[in-house]
Parts: sequence; C-alpha cells; structure tokens
Amino acid sequence: MNDTPLLSIEGVSVSLPTPRGTLRAVDGVDLALPAGRTLGVVGESGCGKTMLSRAILQLLPKRAALRGRVMFDGRDLAALPREELRRLRGPELAVVFQDPMTSLNPVLTIGTQIVETLQAHLGLDTAKATQRATELLAEVGIPAPAQRLRQYPHQLSGGMRQRVAIAIALSCEPRLLIADEPTTALDVTVQAQILDLLAREQQRRHMAMILITHDLGVVAGRTDEVAVMYAGRVVERAPTPRLFKHMRMPYTEALLAAIPKLDSAPHTPLPAIGGRPPDPTRPLPGCSFAPRCKYADAVCEHTKPALDDPEGAGALFACWHPLT
Amino acid sequence: MNPLLSIDDLTVEYDVGGKTLSAVAGVSLTVGKGETLGLVGESGCGKSTLGRAVLQLRKPTGGTVTFDGTELTTLGSEAMRLMRRRLQLIFQDPIASLNPRRCIGDIIAEPLVIAGVADKAERDRRVREVMVAVGLDPDNALGRLPHEFSGGQCQRICIARALILEPELVICDEPVSALDVSIRAQILNLLEEMKRRYGLTLLFIAHDLAVVKAVSDRIAVMYLGKLAEIGPTERLFAQPAHPYTALLLEAIPVPDPTVRPAANVAVGEPPSPLAPPSGCRFRTRCPRADAKCAAEVPQLREIGGGQFAACHHPLSA
Repeated sequence: MNDTPLLSIEGVSVSLPTPRGTLRAVDGVDLALPAGRTLGVVGESGCGKTMLSRAILQLLPKRAALRGRVMFDGRDLAALPREELRRLRGPELAVVFQDPMTSLNPVLTIGTQIVETLQAHLGLDTAKATQRATELLAEVGIPAPAQRLRQYPHQLSGGMRQRVAIAIALSCEPRLLIADEPTTALDVTVQAQILDLLAREQQRRHMAMILITHDLGVVAGRTDEVAVMYAGRVVERAPTPRLFKHMRMPYTEALLAAIPKLDSAPHTPLPAIGGRPPDPTRPLPGCSFAPRCKYADAVCEHTKPALDDPEGAGALFACWHPLT
Repeated sequence: MNPLLSIDDLTVEYDVGGKTLSAVAGVSLTVGKGETLGLVGESGCGKSTLGRAVLQLRKPTGGTVTFDGTELTTLGSEAMRLMRRRLQLIFQDPIASLNPRRCIGDIIAEPLVIAGVADKAERDRRVREVMVAVGLDPDNALGRLPHEFSGGQCQRICIARALILEPELVICDEPVSALDVSIRAQILNLLEEMKRRYGLTLLFIAHDLAVVKAVSDRIAVMYLGKLAEIGPTERLFAQPAHPYTALLLEAIPVPDPTVRPAANVAVGEPPSPLAPPSGCRFRTRCPRADAKCAAEVPQLREIGGGQFAACHHPLSA
C-alpha cells in the first residue's frame, strides 16, 4: 500500500441535535484509502455509513456537527472554504447516490445536466461538451447516446438513470468516487450490470472508490478492503479476502450468517441476530454490539473496545473476545 | 396434493393512457394446502398484481381464481368479504401499512371487530395470544403507537394482524425487502414458525431468490406478466431450465470473494410491458433466442420432476 493515502479520515465524529437528545451518527472513525483502491463500507440502516460519506463530501445537514479531519490529497476538507470545496467536487470528488430519480433534475434533459457539469468544471464550450457528453453516455453503456441526451430522466428506466448519474459523476475524471448504495433501488440483473460498470471504470481511470452498501455480497467480489460499521463506529476492517476468510468481530460473522444462502436447503432456520441496534441518542458505555452478542460478558458491557490490529496483520477489529 | 388455490389463465390488464398494459398475461398455477409457493421476478413482472388479483383487490380481466373449491372472480362482494377472513395479505412496507394514529392493540383487533367478534374480553384474549406468538410483549406494546416501533417490530404487528382470524392462505408481498439483514432473518424465521403453528399455506412474493429459497417448497419465476418457469425449489436452483431463471441465479452477488462475479451475465433490461416482444417475452435478452422464439409464444412444458418451463430451447441439466 501507498504511504500517503489519497483520502485519510482521522477521528471523524458527526452528531446531530434531535428532540430526544444528541444523536451520535458517526463516532470516531479512522479510515485511509490510497489512490486507485476500492474500499467497501458495510452496515445496516442507521450504522452511520451514509453520514460518513456525507462527512467526506462535506454535504452534512446544516445542524450536524463534525469533529476530526478529512484529509484529501493533503488538504483538510472540513476546513476548506465553500468556494474551494465547490471546485473540488467534480474533478476531485464525485458521488453516486442510491436513487437516481432524486439525484437527477426532473425538468432538465439528460444532455443539459451533463453538459452543464462539463462546462462548469472543465470550461468546455457547448459543442465540445455535447460531444463529450455523448461519449460519456456511450462509455457507461447507454445505447443511442445522442438521442438519449434529449430525453428527460422520467423517460429512462431505473438502470439507465443510474448509468446517467454515473456518467455525470465520472464526467470530470474524479480521483475519488463515492457510490452510496448505488444498486439498492435496482433489480438484481441490472444491479450486476451497474456493479460491473463501476468496477470497470474504477480500474480504467485508476480512481479511488468507496462503495457503501448494506449487502456483504456486493462488496465481496468488488473491493480491495472492507470496513464494517455498527452504531457509528468501524468495528472491523481488513483486506476483503482476509475479512471473508477470517472474520474476527462477532457482528460481522452474525451479519454474514443471517443472509439466506443459495446453497442451503429450503426451510433451514436462519441464524438471526436477536434484538436490534442501540438507540443512537443513548450511547452505551461498552461495546455497542454487546447486548446482541453471544460472547459478551461484563467487560464488553462496561468498556468500549478500541479498533486495533493486535497481530499486525492489517486486520483491525474492535472486540474483547474476537473469533479465533 | 389437492390445491387450496388454483389460478387458471389469469389476466390482469391496466389502462395506461389509452393503452392496455397486461400486468399478468395468462398465468396458471396451483398452491397445495400447507405449501409455500415462492413467486419471484423483477420489478414490473406482475408478481404483486397477481397477488392482489388472487384476493380480488384488483379485479382480473380474465381467467379464474379458485380457492378451496370456490371461484372468487365471480363471487359477490358480500361473499368475498366473508371469504377474506380465510385469505390475508402482508405488505412490503410495514410502517406504511399501519394506521399511525391507532394503538397496536386496536390495529391487531380490527379484523376481529370487522368479523363481528363482539365480546371485548374474547378479542383481548385473542390479541394477546397472537402478539405473544409473533414475539411481541402485549403488556408493553398494546397501548403504543406504530411510530414507537422499528420496522422489524412493525412487520411483527402486521403479521399478528394477518393471523388473528386464523386464515388459511397468506399472501406475503415482499415481506422482508424493507428490512435490514439482521432483522430479515428474524422475520423469515417467524413466518416459518407461524406457518407450522397455524397450518398456513403461503404465497411468498419477492425479488430476492435467496430469500425465496429459504422458505419455499416450490418456486414460480415470472417475467413480463408470464410464467417463465415453475418447479420444486431445490431442482429449480440446481438445474434451471429457463435461461431467465439461470440469469437471475447468476446475477445474485455471493458474499464470498473467492467467487468472482460472473462478468456480463445480464444483457439489457426488461422491455416495457406496454410493448412486450412478440413470441417469447424474454427473447430480446436471451442468448439462445432464434426465429422461432420471435414467432411462437412458448407454452409451459414439463421438463421432468414437476419442473415446467416456457421455453423453446430450455437448458439441459
């Protein structure tokens, strides 16, 4: 791995005021991502994965409080003035969201939206930008791209809309692409195509990519490293093959076990995780997973385990009783 | 096995801006008593419409639906109202399907009120009993409102409401797709347990083949309003006969990095159901399609062992 990562998240916490008290959405997360590598961030609803991506992009809700540093290519994004941030978005940082229908403007044609991006960030003239937009649509696998430029988002299928959103995200050759549940709203056959497309473009452009998902299946074949989040914290992080081969954190193991397997017989009871994640406005003093964990004891309830790499093997986990 | 539910040549059409959309285009299938039939397909394939048409919540345009010997499509509204006690539905979004202003006890008791169970003590007893069965604590939950519960708990409430009249057939329409992985497993296990306890027959509609496999005895695969394939679960997974079933199976992301994702398995996207392709509706995405597929609608034919596929060129084992 590279010594100076492109992105380095240092002690990032995000809190939001709610009527029930302060909600700690992200709680002391450290992550590093070298150029050209892919990081999967996996977790269930409310684990803080989306808030973390918004903290990187500096797109947090106004009332959210961010602590820690988001170092991108040597600059702390959290300390940059708005104007400089705006210049970074597009050529440096880009994002693909879950729902392409809400991330595209419904009253503008596809063409206008791509051309606008190209003009704003790269200063191309209309003819050149239109030419480039056509090429981009072709690159993301949209048939008859010149005709598609004149269409509106509602005239496209969900999969095609997501391809357009990816084309816009890629249009300024970003160095880091954040894909937040990019295929969750799509059908399974279309999901496979979009994941293939993202992987292909990531390699071709040597981009760094963060793939955020709730689905361990999605990260398994398509990332270099995986970070598992639970209740706002990274609880396990390892190179992808290693993580799946040797899970250390009981939550990761339980999450994988709870997925119905294609090769198990019908009516096999699933090893479900009892209970549910803790209330984020009422943080627990110890390990957040302890109330649902079959290995938990008094230590787990009272003292929060740090995310460590005790064996120096590049496999980090936050657990007092790691699986062996 | 005598079928409890038998659907014959069912057609459901919608009028979309003057055009006719055949959401269900001539589907025939049966569900045996005590059986779970999984119904899978992608968005827009007609699987939810089929579920609704069985309950007559969407009037079929053609064909018949026979439940325990009674033809439902020609049944009068009063007779159908009585019949609905034996047929229940569980929806995808558990929070949206609960009235936010009513307490959990009233929501679960509502079917009893409608069914004319006048004795309040009797209703309370049955509400408590079914709540315990689905894993809710009546003393804690009865007086609370839906927003005080998580998605998984709300789905338990919906299941309790569906089961309180002790129905025979329950149609589950994507019952776990809005839930997180760890909660999904709890609800799937609960449905299996409830099926045993109440002797239910289930029509389990979902887009996720792995979820469907976990609970189904047989699986039916729909594509653009038509049945592509139907057969016993294990057989269908081990040797899919229809190329569409094979495609669905290959496209599932496997949580194992040593299994490389199959590259470029899927070609294109489902065409508009307003203008389905001639002949076999899957032919525009099918690697095996030829002239015959464009000219002739393939009929459902037995491949063997109770497995049927509607394909001119089925995959051989």
